[in-house]
Amino acid sequence: MSLFDWFANRAKSESPMQQRHQEREIADGLWTKCPSCGVLTYTKDLQANLMVCSECNHHLRVDSEERIQQLIDPQTWKPINEEVEPVDPLEFRDRKPYKDRLRDYQNKTHLKDAVQTGTGLLDGLPVALGVMDFRFMGGSMGSVVGEKLCRLIEYGTNEGLTVIIICASGGARMQEGMLSLMQMAKISGALERHREANLLYIPVLTHPTTGGVTASFAMLGDIILAEPKAMIGFAGRRVIEQTLREKLPDDFQTSEYLLHHGFVDAIVSRTQLKKTLANLISLHQPFYPVRHLQQSDSQELNHHTMNHHTMNHHQATQTPIQSFEQS
Amino acid sequence: MSKPRSFLLDFEKPLCELESRIEQIRELAQENNVDVSDQIAELEEKAEQLRQEIFSSLTPAQRLQLARHPRRPSTLDYIQAMSEEWFELHGDRHSSDDPALVGGVARLDGIPVVMLGHQKGRDTKDNVARNFGMASPGGYRKAIRLMEHANRFGMPILTFIDTPGAWAGVEAEKQGQGEAIAFNLREMFSFDVPILSTVIGEGGSGGALGIGVGDRILMFEHAVYTVATPEACAAILWKDASKSGQAASALKITAWDLKELGILDQILPEPSRGAHADPLAAAGVLKTVLKENLEELMQLTPGQRKERRYQKYRAIGQFQAA
Ligand SMILES: [Zn+2]
Repeated sequence: MSLFDWFANRAKSESPMQQRHQEREIADGLWTKCPSCGVLTYTKDLQANLMVCSECNHHLRVDSEERIQQLIDPQTWKPINEEVEPVDPLEFRDRKPYKDRLRDYQNKTHLKDAVQTGTGLLDGLPVALGVMDFRFMGGSMGSVVGEKLCRLIEYGTNEGLTVIIICASGGARMQEGMLSLMQMAKISGALERHREANLLYIPVLTHPTTGGVTASFAMLGDIILAEPKAMIGFAGRRVIEQTLREKLPDDFQTSEYLLHHGFVDAIVSRTQLKKTLANLISLHQPFYPVRHLQQSDSQELNHHTMNHHTMNHHQATQTPIQSFEQS
Repeated sequence: MSKPRSFLLDFEKPLCELESRIEQIRELAQENNVDVSDQIAELEEKAEQLRQEIFSSLTPAQRLQLARHPRRPSTLDYIQAMSEEWFELHGDRHSSDDPALVGGVARLDGIPVVMLGHQKGRDTKDNVARNFGMASPGGYRKAIRLMEHANRFGMPILTFIDTPGAWAGVEAEKQGQGEAIAFNLREMFSFDVPILSTVIGEGGSGGALGIGVGDRILMFEHAVYTVATPEACAAILWKDASKSGQAASALKITAWDLKELGILDQILPEPSRGAHADPLAAAGVLKTVLKENLEELMQLTPGQRKERRYQKYRAIGQFQAA
């Protein structure tokens, strides 16, 4: 029985006035129906449970704003590079000009592009966090996503921070052509330097993570986490079905499938995500005071002692890269 | 130059007709012992003009046809034409040897190098065996194994890109196609030795990029490099696969487009009717250009090369920061 059948049945026994009242409450967002099991939950309760259905454990989509609230300690989030905005380098136009698409999504989401980046404390631990937002053109990766993630990773490398990226993307943004494809290499290069500094990087794969994002930073984590039942893959399911001319198994390209085949470390319920990340980060804090290589004393100090009281907020809001070109 | 009709591209037809007319006249004249050398010279000049006209004003969709031409020289053709010594190496050392991605050790004008690239088939049977140049995760893992080998022995890495894209299939997903490509992207930034990546035919998306991180990116003039095939792009953005010509133009896939976007370092000229018309000449150009670039890159320290490689990619992208 679908939600609407269920709702209709229920509504029959109610007076027209009650019915109208409840319909309005759904429209107003007071109630949310679970797309998986159809149960209606009071939206505030659902939000308190991090948008995880308490009936069936389905993970409903969350936007970047909610995600930051879920993961970062109150009052510690410092966004960086918020001013970076997309342009239309190819003057691309399909059925609609890319410029118009950008403007529409910007109005709808109040975001400049498909990722938010910044620093903050996660259970008191300093992190550099990138959160992709699927609402903005399907979380597609163009120049802005590439640039912001690159600056975030570079900032993390310079400051000795753990980098966490919440992935949600349909892949490279076609409207920016080859510039989009090259962001895969650019971000991977930044991750190579972060890795070279023996710093921790944890991507969290959420529904859906596909294409160019899967073939770059989503799969380059020291530890890779995934939310339950997320769709994760390189090629689109439809493309594969076309070449095979047969139906694919239901669990194909799910988090569980990737876990089974060795490409993610663990599937973590969203309600446990913050705690899990905090535990993993603290497990990777150096136990012996003298650690590796070329980090300067100040960076070393930052890395070991940054906490709620010593975190330098002023520093955190500065643009990490001064030498970028504006176009 | 007579070519099987099936390989003739539409836009080549007027040129081909003119060429066969010249041939006919020549034969007739010979049979009848008439001197028509003046007329023939005139016609040949006209043919040359037409050739230049056609090949200098190709649309992106026509270039795509050339890039996919069944007679276009492949990675192995170039390797064999360019190197004095060549020893192919096989296997990813995990579980497979992908024939769609080939590589090995070679000597290029005395310099030991590692060469590798996507390999399309030279005929239908070969194409099936080589999966039309669409590499599997094992192919990308073989590639990185060979590159690590090169790095250990101080051999420059020369990669050749020619693929419609990485293989999209159940096995490929199961074996981690995304992970295999991602791993290569990151590792290629770590190598001390020079890396030159050349797009010789079709540069298709992540499957191309998976062996495409280099100190310099080179591209033949009729090659293309694209974020998604124009066919796929048309199907997704226009909801109409027949709009692939429009998509090919909109996506900016030609060498000149990519040079302007700051992605490409150098465009390699092709023989007047495309690389397939004279593969040896094309290989000669490629060899010269690779050697020139290697000589320049060898002047730098490994640290300088890595820094410049990083900065090259770091600078790619357009945005505004008000
Ligand atoms: Zn539910």
